[in-house]
Amino acid sequence: MKKFIALALAAMLCMLTCAALAADLKVGVIVVGDETEGYTLSHMNGIKEAAANVGLADNQIVWKYKIPEDQTCYDAALDCIGQGCNLIISNSYGHQTYMVLAAEEYPDVTFVSMTGDFAALTGLDNFKNAFTKIYEARYVSGVVAGMKLAELLESGELSAEKQPNSFDADGNVKIGYVGAFDYAEVVSGYTAFFLGIRSVVPNVAMEVNYTNSWFDIDKEAAAAEALIAKGCVIIGQHADSTGAPAATQKLQDAGTLCYCVGYNIDMIPTAPTAALTSPTNVWSVFYTQLMNAMINGEEIAADWAEGYETDAVKLTDLNTAICAAGTAEKVAEVVAGIKDGSVKVFDASAFTVGGQALTSSEVDMTIMDWATMTVAYEGAKYEAIVDGAFVESDFRSAPYFALRIDGITEVK
Amino acid sequence: MAASHEPLLRIVKRGESPFKLKIFVRLISVLLALVVDALFIYFVTGLNPFSVYTTMFQGTFSTAMRFSWAMRDLASLLLIGIALAPAFKMRFWNIGAEGQVLMGALATAAVMVYYGGKLPAPLLYTAMLVAAVFAGALWGYVPAWFKSRLGTNETLFTLMMNYVAIQIVACCVNIWRGQASGLGKLNMKTKAGWFPQFFGQRYNINLLVVVLLVVLMYCYLRYSKQGYEIAVVGESENTARYAGINVGKVIIRTMILSGALCGLTGFLIVGGRDQTISTGTAGGNGFTAIIVAWLAKFNTFYMALISFLLIFLEKGAGEIASAYNLNDFASDIIAGIILFFILGSEFFINYKPIFRRSRHETITKEVG
Repeated sequence: MKKFIALALAAMLCMLTCAALAADLKVGVIVVGDETEGYTLSHMNGIKEAAANVGLADNQIVWKYKIPEDQTCYDAALDCIGQGCNLIISNSYGHQTYMVLAAEEYPDVTFVSMTGDFAALTGLDNFKNAFTKIYEARYVSGVVAGMKLAELLESGELSAEKQPNSFDADGNVKIGYVGAFDYAEVVSGYTAFFLGIRSVVPNVAMEVNYTNSWFDIDKEAAAAEALIAKGCVIIGQHADSTGAPAATQKLQDAGTLCYCVGYNIDMIPTAPTAALTSPTNVWSVFYTQLMNAMINGEEIAADWAEGYETDAVKLTDLNTAICAAGTAEKVAEVVAGIKDGSVKVFDASAFTVGGQALTSSEVDMTIMDWATMTVAYEGAKYEAIVDGAFVESDFRSAPYFALRIDGITEVK
Repeated sequence: MAASHEPLLRIVKRGESPFKLKIFVRLISVLLALVVDALFIYFVTGLNPFSVYTTMFQGTFSTAMRFSWAMRDLASLLLIGIALAPAFKMRFWNIGAEGQVLMGALATAAVMVYYGGKLPAPLLYTAMLVAAVFAGALWGYVPAWFKSRLGTNETLFTLMMNYVAIQIVACCVNIWRGQASGLGKLNMKTKAGWFPQFFGQRYNINLLVVVLLVVLMYCYLRYSKQGYEIAVVGESENTARYAGINVGKVIIRTMILSGALCGLTGFLIVGGRDQTISTGTAGGNGFTAIIVAWLAKFNTFYMALISFLLIFLEKGAGEIASAYNLNDFASDIIAGIILFFILGSEFFINYKPIFRRSRHETITKEVG
């Protein structure tokens, strides 16, 4: 009997402490924009959803909106700590160098710099990075675009006779991509998108236009218009505004044959007869894992990267009015393939670099201080080609695929 | 019917207002601002005005840390105000503080990048300071030289120099960031060129410099011969020439001083606050400081008060937005209404509204 009471008491105590831990968690959220900006909105929604999942009250989250990537970020982090936060999340890459300073000074507080790349190298066990494997969803969105392209070619709606401008000298169909910057994050994404298309339509060539901004409606629209003027039939994007889909819709209405794939949010309201779908992050998957780990006192990975295996990425609703027949089935099949490992996005047999098949590719995780050309954080080197495919987001969460494969040209 | 010629409302300039009146007008304006703000808060945002005001106050005063940030930001703003004071007193419209600060900041950053870890610390700090002051002074000297030699318009010239500075900074940042997506903190690993803590506070050096300069600039403008020359040139260039003042020389000298102090601000911002550089390093303070300098009529002690008010409102607005999950446009309106009324009160201190009176009182007016 005594034993039973002791056990019961112990169990109660444990439950009490767990509940107390949930009540103890206070989250400071530092975001680069606010609800009017799609990228930040998706993070905000993810955090709110995760908070609801783990039972966090509204007053257990401190929001810091429109925090630029400068000293303000450090101030915001400290201010959150001053308000009792023990978990600080920032959502923009450039917040990272300020988060690490705060992390050094407050070892009892956990800091998560989303999309950052050097947390694991700092040796701080309270500093983390996380990123989804969004390239998987980009690959699948490429498959959707490829299906559309195949349908256009088969029906004869798209042909070298009717649209000579849309084919290059080698007979490849032209595709365009509006990219923000020429970093690995964007390169990895557009390559996945291109390979997705090419898995359906083998003879395609892609041109990438950079806007040098993450969010610029006008520049993104101008880049898309320029690409369509060159004959591109499909426009993909890795920039955060609705500029490219809006421009595609406008030109389609004017009689040009063109479609687009968005990013982050459903673009169908923006481009009802042009937007096929958008790859998007499901941030709540990570945030729920993170908050649960904090509450249960578990360690979280310094480099968190998950994709379709936990549904941390997905496509927004397919635009069934314009998507090719059988697209949904094909998407389900490819996603299942990614989940069980039978489909590898960066399958080295599917592309060449400089005309050569890729059998080996060394990636270096070292973070440079480029201004002084010194090493900021020493990282290891890895062989990225494993079992005939380039493994992305395994050695760290932030993308590092920066190879320029044949078939894609960049305009800077 | 003569009285009908008199408008319902006339505005008359006051002479020097008595101190009591100034205090009275300002108090009324703050009270009115709080009332109007309360209406806005209650009817537009649906919040309790009193709790919003408490939150606004907490933006600066709730913790020692927040207060120290407010002081740090005040230091940057006030320093630029001090730098602008002699130029504006001379009626030289130096709209180029933003660019002068940026050039000082850029020079500091360049020394940090290229000599950080290579020079011993005292020498490095000296080099940063000298480079910053020189760069700022150069950015002030160029428009002054053109104005004194060729009579160019300094407003446009200094304004354009801002854009030149911004582009130079953008270019350097782009070079320094290399293959990374952002520049981040300079000398992250060695912390070379970062100001040390001073009396246990991170931003005390910046504060100390600004306190010193408040006093020095006050004395310079009020008691020195050069300060007097500035005042005379500002009142009338012809008078100054008649009095034997070399106007061109005073213009150039004053703008070098103004630019050098802006450059010094850039040095303090980069070394003591940001440890990095971007086109936003001056953060628009180069323009806000114009308001500070003008409102205070170049009295540096008043400038400190006005800077504090502006920073207090900014921090308060930020805190309101964060605490109540408001869009920051709403919180900016709340802070903006207060600023509007306080600025408006200056009008009533300098001018007196006179309403049309009954006939027999205005009879004397009919002489003309």
